[in-house]
Amino acid sequence: MIPEIGHLALIIAFVFATGLAVIPMWGAVRGNIAALNLAPTLAMGVLVFVSIAFAMLAISFLDDDFSVAVVAANSNSLLPPIFKFSALWGNHEGSLLLWVLILSGWMAAVSWFSQGLPRVMVARVLSVMGMIAIGFLAFSLLTSNPFERLLPNIPLDGNDLNPLLQDPGLIIHPPLLYMGYVGLSVPFAFAIAALLGGRLDASWARWSRPWTNVAWGFLSLGIMLGSWWAYYELGWGGWWFWDPVENASFMPWLMGTALVHSLAVTEKRGVFRAWTVLLAIFAFSLSLLGTFLVRSGVLTSVHAFASDPERGLFILIFLALVIGGSLLLYALRAPTVASRINYTAVSRESLLMVNNLVFTVSTIIVLLGTLFPLVMDAFSLGKYSVGPPYFNAVFVPLMALVMPFMAIGPLSRWREDSAARWLHELLVPGAVVVVFAVALPFLFGGEFNVWIALAVLLAGWVAVGVLKDLWRRLGVGSGYGLRWQALTPSFLGMAMAHLGFAAVVMGAVVVTQLNEERDLLMEVGDVEFLGGYRFELTGLSREAGPNYMADQAVFEVTQGDQVIATLIPEKRRYFASGQMMTEAAIDASVWRDLYIALGEPIEEGAWAVRLQFKPMVRWLWLGGALIGFGALLTVADRRYRRQSTRHSAPIAEASGLAR
Amino acid sequence: MRVKRFIPLAVFALLALLLFKGLSIDPTALPAARLGQPFPDFSQPELLTEELIDASALRPGPALVNVWATWCYSCRVEHPYLLALAEQGVPIYGLNYKDDSEKARQWLADLGDPYRLNIADRDGTVGLDLGVYGAPETYVLGADGVILHRHVGVLDQAVFEQDIGQWFPALAKLGQANAPEGSAQ
Repeated sequence: MIPEIGHLALIIAFVFATGLAVIPMWGAVRGNIAALNLAPTLAMGVLVFVSIAFAMLAISFLDDDFSVAVVAANSNSLLPPIFKFSALWGNHEGSLLLWVLILSGWMAAVSWFSQGLPRVMVARVLSVMGMIAIGFLAFSLLTSNPFERLLPNIPLDGNDLNPLLQDPGLIIHPPLLYMGYVGLSVPFAFAIAALLGGRLDASWARWSRPWTNVAWGFLSLGIMLGSWWAYYELGWGGWWFWDPVENASFMPWLMGTALVHSLAVTEKRGVFRAWTVLLAIFAFSLSLLGTFLVRSGVLTSVHAFASDPERGLFILIFLALVIGGSLLLYALRAPTVASRINYTAVSRESLLMVNNLVFTVSTIIVLLGTLFPLVMDAFSLGKYSVGPPYFNAVFVPLMALVMPFMAIGPLSRWREDSAARWLHELLVPGAVVVVFAVALPFLFGGEFNVWIALAVLLAGWVAVGVLKDLWRRLGVGSGYGLRWQALTPSFLGMAMAHLGFAAVVMGAVVVTQLNEERDLLMEVGDVEFLGGYRFELTGLSREAGPNYMADQAVFEVTQGDQVIATLIPEKRRYFASGQMMTEAAIDASVWRDLYIALGEPIEEGAWAVRLQFKPMVRWLWLGGALIGFGALLTVADRRYRRQSTRHSAPIAEASGLAR
Repeated sequence: MRVKRFIPLAVFALLALLLFKGLSIDPTALPAARLGQPFPDFSQPELLTEELIDASALRPGPALVNVWATWCYSCRVEHPYLLALAEQGVPIYGLNYKDDSEKARQWLADLGDPYRLNIADRDGTVGLDLGVYGAPETYVLGADGVILHRHVGVLDQAVFEQDIGQWFPALAKLGQANAPEGSAQ
């Protein structure tokens, strides 16, 4: 009964979504205020019924209802309850439902927080989001029904959740990532609504800015968690693989980075208008493309869902309608009159344009690398795979290119600035960074490493830019005391994100350059030295988990006379699937991780073991968290709250705007 | 309205066409060029005897060529099934891919040897000519040494029955009897 209720709720949600896509849009065209005003109610209807469907599927998982195909394929009665719940989105059908749930959550949030916006704008935005919801609900109902039953032969027990996904990281990683992916539909919907209304001005940019920042912040956190999860769960100690599925989430992030900055220019200065709209369309299009790549089976990847050409065709048609339709709309309605607002080559506008160019080019680079195997295959030119060497060779220099500008950006002035002033602001801190980068080996020992010196130089340069800006805003040395009120949430968020970026660069370069690893055959009593630490294998044992059996090895790690940690890596064998899993043991700290993974038992009492010493690897995720939380912080800014009261829109405006 | 504004749409149209074409391709399928072709010629040592062998050593067919290595965990998983198949008289030739021969010999001594012979492809050149993605992979060779089918991943009972058994019709008749060398047909 429960699954049928869920199925029915999903169908009702589809009806609401159709209403949302049609009625307010018609109201906007005709100036029918009653129809416009229905938008928030219809959006809430979608949310309520998708939530019911989601809850019914969650109950089916928690109750071990193995008559439901998805539950039978992805859960097991022995699975701990929290993983039964997260198993819901560990598969194609369930994750699609999560996608729609989050989309309807964003719709409800837009209707709740946009009460001060012109009604016609809100109606159009929600209507566009309703169209997206139609597509995904239809996709779910027609090709990937999560409530499909296995009748009459009900399995006695389920196949179990893939052991890789039985991990706390997987409880929060997909929802965060989807918050970001799907959140990009909000700036997209605002862009389309603005194109439809023919009003592409600064107010449009101001309205969509907080939404974009939040979505981009969630996307940053989602990607960061994904990288962390891969690091500790896959057992190789790698943190980024340039895998097609990773790229699928990374491309919207790169585009989103450009969008976040471009929106700032459009809001403050009214320039880059057409370009910003295009970026908003691109960012969401790339998140749809990611969905297609992951779910259609056109690319092979370790974390792709089971491939199914029929589903692929459905998403492709949907993709063509959404992206093709919006780009056509853009071609027809984008502002063709160049803006009359001028700026000089030496100005904040130009610096933000550098940001836009670099991140757009980076997106294209990643897109080309991801699709290259497909292109070659499509033209029968052979089978290829594009690996990290390509991406690193092209991507790393691009990031290095943008960093010199990052420090100047926040300090620079709009419209017209002078290089002499920049030099005056940054000459001393810049010199300090250069000296520090060169003198590093003398300060901390070790050999001079040119890549680390460069990383310190660039990351340090970005950091001094942020600090100098902070210094100036606070009015240090002005004689009037510190101006704490100058530290607005949007400034602090930006500062955090920029520092986070610098931290990611430091972590990535240092761990790549100084990583040490050793593959060994070890028996109890064996001792090994790595990175200045002494690793002793003190014992082997076998422990039973709730749904697996684990071989454990106990390592004692010492430095000098001091015991640093006792690490217990495991090799698990899961009962239901018989799959083997490596659970690495990690001693984490800010400056270095010690990482031990068990390979295979080679002979009686001896195991293949991989020891790794990973300096500063944490900086990657600390930096990622700074970027994400920084972006989220910006929406606390007062000026976004003021907007909602300032534009208490007269309803008459609606008909005026409609055409 | 300016033509320039249509550029994004045009680029997307091309991309959509490509993706549409991509849907009809199975990324794990054998490159069409290799199917129906003879096994690529090679000259490599045999794993145990160290004698140089070439493609003619893989006759007569039909036979399986199994790509394996000691570094490949899934190979350990499929190994018992290969032993069972060999037991039933299916000729299996091994391609020991990018492996340390000493370890490989130890593996066969420990776990049993289902292979008629093994090509010691230490630097992976045979694998490259064959288009191997990674171990394990299994190829079906016809009586004339032509590649009939490729399976990527672990070979088990279900895969064998569904995709491969058709080339070994005599298997049922042979029963448990150990077929003498070279007369598996």
